[in-house]
Amino acid sequence: MVDALRARRHRIEDLAAAVVVWAAALGVTAVFVWILGGLLWRGLGGVSWSFLVQAPRDAGRAGGIGPVLVSTGLILAVCLAVSLPIGLGAAALLAEFASDRHLFGRLVRRSLDVLAGVPSIVFGLFGGVFFCQVLGMGFSIMAGGLTLACMVLPILIRSAEVGFRSVPDEHRHAAAALGLSRASTLFKVLLPAAMPGVIVGVVLGVGRAMAETAALLFTSGYVDRMPGSLWDSGRSLSIHIYHLAMNISGGDANAGASAIVLMVLLLAINLAASFIASHFLQRGVVSV
Amino acid sequence: MSRPINDTLLVWGLRACGAVSGSVVLLIAVFVFKEAWPALREIGPLRFLGADPSWHPVEGVFNLTPMAAATLAVTVGAVALAAPLGVLSAVFCHAYAPRWAAGAYRRLIELLAGVPSVVYGFWGLVVLVPLVAQWRPPGASLLSGVLILAVMILPTVALLSEAALKNVPRDYARGAAALGLSRWATLWRVVLPAARPGIATGVLLATGRAIGETMAVLMVCGNVVQLPGSLLAPVRTLTANIALEMGYAYGVHRSALFVTGVLLLALVAGLVLLAEWLSRGDVRGTAHG
Repeated sequence: MVDALRARRHRIEDLAAAVVVWAAALGVTAVFVWILGGLLWRGLGGVSWSFLVQAPRDAGRAGGIGPVLVSTGLILAVCLAVSLPIGLGAAALLAEFASDRHLFGRLVRRSLDVLAGVPSIVFGLFGGVFFCQVLGMGFSIMAGGLTLACMVLPILIRSAEVGFRSVPDEHRHAAAALGLSRASTLFKVLLPAAMPGVIVGVVLGVGRAMAETAALLFTSGYVDRMPGSLWDSGRSLSIHIYHLAMNISGGDANAGASAIVLMVLLLAINLAASFIASHFLQRGVVSV
Repeated sequence: MSRPINDTLLVWGLRACGAVSGSVVLLIAVFVFKEAWPALREIGPLRFLGADPSWHPVEGVFNLTPMAAATLAVTVGAVALAAPLGVLSAVFCHAYAPRWAAGAYRRLIELLAGVPSVVYGFWGLVVLVPLVAQWRPPGASLLSGVLILAVMILPTVALLSEAALKNVPRDYARGAAALGLSRWATLWRVVLPAARPGIATGVLLATGRAIGETMAVLMVCGNVVQLPGSLLAPVRTLTANIALEMGYAYGVHRSALFVTGVLLLALVAGLVLLAEWLSRGDVRGTAHG
């Protein structure tokens, strides 16, 4: 009798849990659809070829985002040009030359973990002082790109390190048996084999950098003219959205269209990363 | 056998890269602290923490507590919403959903994770805030901030919790099934407790993200400097305060904003290190399984 009651209670509990779990998942899905739908409904109508290439007019209420896209591209280029070599070097060091017990390697890894958690507004404060003032760059695309370079280093290093670690040891043994120096082994054997991991890191880093707003507020600035050089101030797409939505009355329509452009760019980047990652995993399995 | 000269150069080059990458965080801490120092010396921590009546930096009154309280309220609210929903999402993918639904749901969570904070802020500003305002004006409020932040940090909790659930040895669930435990009893009594360190790591990292988030809260919270009296009152967080005032601040005022930066940096670094310490426990736990 007691057993039967208990069994019934357990069945009801199990059912209730299933209902709660499904409700949570459906609720999250509904919120997602709501957000995406809202953004598409507000922004999609404004996106056109002329929107992409024209200069903003009337403080951004009319016209397009041509110069803003150019500035965004330049900021990303600076960011990658600096972070990629340093990040690759650090990743090679952590994966190939510093064992997990190595104190230096552990310190670097720990400090990268903390760096990955630093709020973007703090990167902005730092970049505003260090790059703009101490190094005398002022509000410039250069300063913004360098600030973002600091920010994406942990992402880049983590993926590239995974890439290096997934190269099977046979490659290293074969290279050693052929009498290759460590430098040739790294550049001719390990780096090509680790390339998919490196590319995933680059793609994720670019995604993070492109989504960033707060770190650019006080480093690359607000100027929406076509930048003449890397020392000019340039407005990124994310800042453009923020500025139009918050500070310009009547800027919502173009802010919405810009948000769609930003999302599409990020989505393309995301798809590229997951395609490369899955390709990469397959290769890892085959070559072992 | 002596090493070729190239190799020596290579190793030192790589060490230099490692040193540069590792020292960025130190550089940040040093510079932010250096800029904060004049304010800390002239004003002193006590006036920041409540000895001053309010925050009127231009008149030399520097009480940070309303903003700190707002950050705390927004963070606690967002985590309270996102943590259970995130864990339930992970449980859904792990144990309840058919294979296709689990895959689709995971993609959806990843897409949510990839939406930039400024886009969440924009959506909040044009959709959520007017909706809240219809119910109770002014709309831009603590509540809007909590809701937006919860959506933003949910993917962190969900993805890390699911990874933690996957790390639980399958034998645990099999053993529970052999004992005749129901699906929910297996999850609640066996699998979730085994995954607790990983889930806690996810929640801590999500908390760090919520504390440091700037754009979304800046756009939906209303930015009035006051102690959060109710869910519907507009508030200004520490991060939003930096973003709003940095543009025109100079002298002690500017330095006071860097004090906020130091505070944020210390909070987040503490959370990250705590999360790492917890996840070490996770690795040890699975090694036994």
